[in-house]
Amino acid sequence: MNIVIDISYLISSIFFIFGIKELSSPKTARRGNLYAAIGMLIAIVVTLLDKHVLTYEWIIVGIIIGSGIGTIMALKVKMTGMPQMVGMLNGFGGGASTLVALSEYYKINPNIPINTGVAIVLSLLIGGVTFTGSMIAFAKLQGWITGKVIKYPGQHIINLFLLLFVLAAGTYVVIYPSLVNVTVAITAVSLVLGVLLVLPIGGADMPVAISLLNSYSGLAGSTTGFVLGNSELIIAGALVGASGIILTNIMCKGMNRSLMNVLLGGWSTAGSTGGNTSTTSVKGDVKSVDSEEAAMIFDSASSVIIVPGYGMAVAQAQHAVRDLMNALEKKGIRVRFAIHPVAGRMPGHMNVLLAEANVPYDRLYALEDINDDFNNTDIALIIGANDVVNPAARHDQNSPIYGMPILNVDYAKTVIINKRSLNVGYAGIDNELFFGTNSLMYFGDAKDAITKLTNEIKNL
Amino acid sequence: MDINLLMLIYIFVLAIFVGFELITKVPPTLHTPLMSGSNAISGITIVGALLSAGMQQFTISTILGLVAVIFAMINVVGGFLVTDRMLKMFKKK
Repeated sequence: MNIVIDISYLISSIFFIFGIKELSSPKTARRGNLYAAIGMLIAIVVTLLDKHVLTYEWIIVGIIIGSGIGTIMALKVKMTGMPQMVGMLNGFGGGASTLVALSEYYKINPNIPINTGVAIVLSLLIGGVTFTGSMIAFAKLQGWITGKVIKYPGQHIINLFLLLFVLAAGTYVVIYPSLVNVTVAITAVSLVLGVLLVLPIGGADMPVAISLLNSYSGLAGSTTGFVLGNSELIIAGALVGASGIILTNIMCKGMNRSLMNVLLGGWSTAGSTGGNTSTTSVKGDVKSVDSEEAAMIFDSASSVIIVPGYGMAVAQAQHAVRDLMNALEKKGIRVRFAIHPVAGRMPGHMNVLLAEANVPYDRLYALEDINDDFNNTDIALIIGANDVVNPAARHDQNSPIYGMPILNVDYAKTVIINKRSLNVGYAGIDNELFFGTNSLMYFGDAKDAITKLTNEIKNL
Repeated sequence: MDINLLMLIYIFVLAIFVGFELITKVPPTLHTPLMSGSNAISGITIVGALLSAGMQQFTISTILGLVAVIFAMINVVGGFLVTDRMLKMFKKK
């Protein structure tokens, strides 16, 4: 029986690997997700046949409650709420790892081999940080807690102290496993650490935080695998851990910042030293247009690149943007979308919103694939994006965003910027793009403004 | 170091390499479904949770296991369903 179980875990792992492999193209991705789900089903069924599982009533209760909550969450969540959803799911994964490690500790205490002890401590730490960290990320994205960077004196020292405590107490409990209070303290401090680590991170840095927590939830799964001596947990956890690390890296590169810089509470530090000088350096006149004038400019264009940002998500303007695309295409104008890697609140945020609005995914281009095309584009239309189109990143060495890869929208013949006001973006600096000679501000809430523009274009 | 642990470390390291190879091929447009889908996969801790919740005697371990089953199932079911919902929307013209 044991060999059957082990082989089944291997088959399940293979399903996971093929599932992720199929995610390499939108055409096959849905099938890939199904493969992964089948892999999970195999793992669950096989585990239920394990000779260590002796009673089923609590398992059935747990499965019914968990599946019910998961189903409701998955079906109810709006596409604009997807970052929160992903954040929360991360948290439950981490929480489950912590609970399993703790449960295993109580089960085998005090006869805990050193290997298992180390794995338990690591699961408690990583799982605990993932759980509360993700819940804080959720609360921030949901708007329950301010999305601003939170700073307080000594925050890094406190975090370092807590981490050292966990490591020291962890070593102690590995040597003296029967110390239940120490194990509970490790769990509690790890939970507090998760809160303190994510709380300072600002809203626009959430793509990094979410990716990193994604990675942690995988690593927590792996460490739990070491606790139980189960290869499948280790494999699946490692796959997810690698995924999260890759995404974290892409997000950091998209902002030209190190992971440390993001985690330590970020951009405002840079802003306070270099930001003030560059804010005063931006001067000139701002030209604005109304929907009628903007429509006439669009009418004479032959190619348009739309650059969506978090503002589009906030205004839920994706459907209005789709209507605009259709109206323009009807007039024979080529429309493409340029997606900055850190646009929105999580990796791929804009792509999901536009997919929801039925914008075909082959109209969406990544930064490196479209940046050279702005030169021969008539109109760059920016909807609710700011720092990722600020030309200062290319040339102003004093700017806190200097060196960050940006979309070269200012190279287009005309730049039309839809924004509610001239307010600064997340980096807290003025955007010299707004003052450019080929720039036109089109003020208004993204949804209203784009709808009005579309109607004007249709009427021409 | 015992051979069993060494094997597990081998598996861990090799799986990370496989993960890197696979995930670098995922296009940016699918990064959100990748996150939610991989998230669901990390719900594999359900295996450990089931083993904990299914013990003969009812102890503190069973309670922790039960909560772990609930958490992991939210992660698994919610993750796969929401990923499917998203992927359904990705269409080519």
